[in-house]
Amino acid sequence: MARIESEIGTPKGGFLKWIDDRFPFTKTMKHHATEYYASKNFNFWYFFGVLAFVVLIMQLITGIFLTMNYKPSAAEAYASVEYIMRDVELGWLIRYMHSTGASAFFIVIYLHMFRAMLYGSYKKPRELIWIIGMLIFFAMMAEAFAGYLLPWGQMSYWGAQVIISLFGAIPMVGETLVEYIRGDYSISDITLNRFFALHVIALPMALVALVFVHIVALHEVGSNNPDGVEIKDHKGPDGVPLDGVAFHPYHTSKDLVAIIVFLMFFSGAVFFAPEMGGYFLEYANFDPADIRVTPEHIQPVWYFTPFYAMLRAVPDKLIGAMTMGAAVLLPMLLPWLDKSRVKSIRYRGWLYKSALATFTVSFLVLGWLGTQPATGLYVTLARIFTALYFFFFLLMPYYTTIDKTRPVPERVVWHA
Amino acid sequence: MTDDVDRNRRHFLAVATAVTGGAGIALAAVPFITSLKPSARAEAMGAPVEVAVGSLEPGEMIRVIWRGKLIFVLRRSKDMLARLPQVTRFLDDPDSTNADQQPEFAVNEFRSRKAEFLVVEGSCTHLGCAPLEQFEVGPAADWFGGFFCPCHGSKFDLSGRVYKSVPAPTNLRVPPYRFIQDDVIMIGFDSGAA
Repeated sequence: MARIESEIGTPKGGFLKWIDDRFPFTKTMKHHATEYYASKNFNFWYFFGVLAFVVLIMQLITGIFLTMNYKPSAAEAYASVEYIMRDVELGWLIRYMHSTGASAFFIVIYLHMFRAMLYGSYKKPRELIWIIGMLIFFAMMAEAFAGYLLPWGQMSYWGAQVIISLFGAIPMVGETLVEYIRGDYSISDITLNRFFALHVIALPMALVALVFVHIVALHEVGSNNPDGVEIKDHKGPDGVPLDGVAFHPYHTSKDLVAIIVFLMFFSGAVFFAPEMGGYFLEYANFDPADIRVTPEHIQPVWYFTPFYAMLRAVPDKLIGAMTMGAAVLLPMLLPWLDKSRVKSIRYRGWLYKSALATFTVSFLVLGWLGTQPATGLYVTLARIFTALYFFFFLLMPYYTTIDKTRPVPERVVWHA
Repeated sequence: MTDDVDRNRRHFLAVATAVTGGAGIALAAVPFITSLKPSARAEAMGAPVEVAVGSLEPGEMIRVIWRGKLIFVLRRSKDMLARLPQVTRFLDDPDSTNADQQPEFAVNEFRSRKAEFLVVEGSCTHLGCAPLEQFEVGPAADWFGGFFCPCHGSKFDLSGRVYKSVPAPTNLRVPPYRFIQDDVIMIGFDSGAA
């Protein structure tokens, strides 16, 4: 009897143990969820990482189903999108989820990046997380751009024409490079076909891989928090950070609320305003691509307009393209441009606060200017705000050094 | 045991392996990058196209497609031709000095083989939008008719010559073409006399 009791008392492990002996399932779950400790004082701004993940999954799923009915050829693309909208059962819903998802992705990511700027999340030891994040942003821009060509509407065609031509501004190799991108002497069926390949295979794979690396790097150093203090500096006797709570179930259950609220807004857009007044889906794109006529008002989708405004602010082709490129690349250097001793805006001085406010306003105004014609006053404004955008980064080593910071508390500030 | 390791030999082998592997990867990339070039079919689409221009009224323009590119063929009226010298001082490159933008034969005020017929690519040299025809004079004092790009406001005269201080850096490109009859143009084919 004793022998049997002892056998019953010793858990054999069963299926889970069988798995764990062969694959680090429990270990991984602990490392990334149940024993991953993130600060307990996360606020509103900390929802957007999870939301970005949700949108990514949604884009992948809706994308797969759109691929089942879409035809990547110049002769059929436009009609196949109309076919999805009209004849495929609930095809319109899947397509609107995907097109709204693209805009939602950028909204969420811009807010996610803004959070990093508010709380200094890019600062040591999280420089690499920021850089990987920027690479995700670049991959997203490429993904969005390639995807926008696929419906083969007027704005698809001419938007691609303008953006691909930008590469032609590069001295010496520019024209050849443009031919290699298009695979033809103009944007054609061949271009559409390869953009389809990039949009549905290459870039999504890159995105998923980068997101994976982003999260691995984050879980290695641990999440930042609104106070910008390292919670790992104060651990209890059990080795758990005193200000940390496990990602699962505590943060996940809270994030679930955010996801539901987000999906309410998202559904509102999908069902009631999928075109969002021409911002999510541009009206010119309801005409099939016509090589003979450029639409009168050509503009990219809203998430590219800040950079587009900067391109147009410069009256020289090469310098304009370089300005745009620099504006996209510069944020990558933030971890080294920011010399401040504190991370969070809560303990920074008025200099950084006003600089960040100026930057935010500049970005928003440039976004609006990118949707307006490039004439007269608009161009002047675009030049002023382009300058402000660049000053934010280029003067950062200076103003973050002399900025008066306040003492950072030892532990996170938290009111139960 | 470790004392027996010849470190130089290990180092040499490691570097040799890395270099060989690197060269292999670089060579393996060649077919993939080459495949991105315009294909044989895309090049074949570049076959010359014939355009009958005899039926064009003076001042009338048609759009034709060659190599997937938009080509403007404009029959300029006498009045239009007379306006060309007036606009010169507003232009960036009135003498067509940039050799990339036109074949030899088009280095002249008209940028064409025959003064009457303008053949240019309908692709703004800034970012490739199709310029709009605005052949009327004015209302701006420097406007004597020409092409206006709606995307970023570049301006070209009735010979496709670019204005000063616009985003487009060069004149509109003149494709290779020749007259195979008095009133038939072959675009994409330059050899042989006009």
